Amino acid sequence: MELIKIDEYRWEVPKTGQMRVPGIIYAGESMIESIKQEEAVKQVANVATLPGIIRASLAMPDIHWGYGFPIGGVAAFDWETGIISPGGVGYDINCGVRLATTLLTEKDVRGKLEELVNAMHRDIPSGVGSTGSIKLTYSEEKKVLKEGSKWAVRHGMGDESDIEHTEDFGCMQNADPDTLSDKALERGLRQLGTLGSGNHFVEIGMVEKIYDPDTARVFGLFEGQATLMLHSGSRGLGYQLCDDFLAHMTKNVKKLGFEIPDRQLACSMIQSDAGIRYFNAMACAANYAWANRQILMHRAREVFQKVIGIGPRNLGMNLVYDVCHNIAKKETHIVDGKKRTVCVHRKGATRAFPPGHESVCEKYRAVGQPILVPGDMGRASYVLAGTEKAMTETFGSTCHGAGRVLSRTAALKKSKGRSIQRELEEKGIHVRWTGRSTLGEEMPEAYKDVSQVVGVVHGAGISRKVAKLRPMAVLKG
Amino acid sequence: MKYKLIDHTADLGIEVYGTGLSELFENAGYAMFDLITDTNRLNALSETTLNITGEDWPDLMVNWLRELLYFWTGRGLLVKIADIVSISEYALSANVKYEPYVPERHLIKRELKAVTYHQIRVEQKDAIWEAGIIFDV
Repeated sequence: MELIKIDEYRWEVPKTGQMRVPGIIYAGESMIESIKQEEAVKQVANVATLPGIIRASLAMPDIHWGYGFPIGGVAAFDWETGIISPGGVGYDINCGVRLATTLLTEKDVRGKLEELVNAMHRDIPSGVGSTGSIKLTYSEEKKVLKEGSKWAVRHGMGDESDIEHTEDFGCMQNADPDTLSDKALERGLRQLGTLGSGNHFVEIGMVEKIYDPDTARVFGLFEGQATLMLHSGSRGLGYQLCDDFLAHMTKNVKKLGFEIPDRQLACSMIQSDAGIRYFNAMACAANYAWANRQILMHRAREVFQKVIGIGPRNLGMNLVYDVCHNIAKKETHIVDGKKRTVCVHRKGATRAFPPGHESVCEKYRAVGQPILVPGDMGRASYVLAGTEKAMTETFGSTCHGAGRVLSRTAALKKSKGRSIQRELEEKGIHVRWTGRSTLGEEMPEAYKDVSQVVGVVHGAGISRKVAKLRPMAVLKG
Repeated sequence: MKYKLIDHTADLGIEVYGTGLSELFENAGYAMFDLITDTNRLNALSETTLNITGEDWPDLMVNWLRELLYFWTGRGLLVKIADIVSISEYALSANVKYEPYVPERHLIKRELKAVTYHQIRVEQKDAIWEAGIIFDV
């Protein structure tokens, strides 16, 4: 597909055929050739054909082939006249990341890494179909779906400041559990408090470098600090929910009155019974994921306290922030000088609100919203901050992570005969995992270099680098 | 050959073959569970009937596999055989034989999280029917 270079970091997919707006891909010169080969560019163009889309169909530098919408895709639709699409959110609704700091330094934990990661492997259920130690009844489950993070805090698994430092304060208010199928509810009963599998992880890391000392101070980061990062989503409940709504919307796609170029772009008008139902169901899954990450962080706190042998005050594990990567949000943005209410779909993309924005919690309002960008387990992760440019260009959005570059089969092939565990240990990184192929499939080479991805969003001005983190120990599902 | 794996960056794809549509749909069900576990070691302890509908062949295939996947993801059951009793473009009926997952006897190779519509196809190539399906993993 033809791409026109706008500048060093921006590439246009020209408006052709059925596209209502152009596409804009954020990428560096060195990445653009391989991106051009991808089906993902076609997907950016496909999204641009959907009704109510505003300004452009966007993609972040971690763009890759998804189903329907590309991963790394951002698309905003007019709240009154536009569509909402489960494919634009992703199967793993509110797959996201949270980062917590501690009062410990790398030196304090270095000698205990084996013990820490083993204890986490024991105490944090992970892997295929894992069930957790939290057994919900249907009525309690519905409370989780309505309350999100607050449910966990109410049950002694965290405190108020955790909620303060979560996107949307860990709860989308429009959640309506009655919109979920029996299947989705059933799958949610036994998985609360579990990590999941695939690219989900818990990582003990350290702050390797500070780029923006003033912002880092506000976020509570210092060089050499021991940190905890976790990546997980809404588990089987989210998947089932997406499945259910996709099936329903696909069935009725002919009744929409317009053609869609790809089945997986199945959607409904936002202002329709089906659209509103999906939005309110999606909110339930989002809340489940926030409750889950809150619980997982609490478990990690307990593990640290037990293994290091200190109390909560001396550990000082504080949540820096929690962000979603797969979500649709109702937001207000300025378009052509006018305030508009839009539905922003971020699939493999993160919100990046600027300094001064009312949705950014008070503590961070002067510096902007923290953005957490995990890399692969062998290299770096980053903390960024939101900018005004993101608001004007990308509906307040930025990248989410490294993005895969090798298929799972190719990664497994490449890892044959190698001990990925040993290679990582030689770099000082301890790994524990569940599942036979996980390590081969998830090896560092299977992913793009996140530093390159972050370099693009920073260079384009839609995010600012604040700090770089290095992994020390990883638990993979 | 019943099926083969196809390369996909983020997920898992398969290409399934059959001499007729019945066999194609049976082989798709077999392939899906073969990705999850070693189907040779499964026993057919219980049996049930599944009735599926669809708008067209690809839609029927996705709905068929979604229902079968739920045996595992929703109920912890591993399907050994799914025999198609009757099939048309809009509906199929099948006998599904399965047993519950037991960690001491079964090895789960990988987790399939969803059956997607991405690049779904069911088509005839000469005398053979072919299907392409991508799973989210």
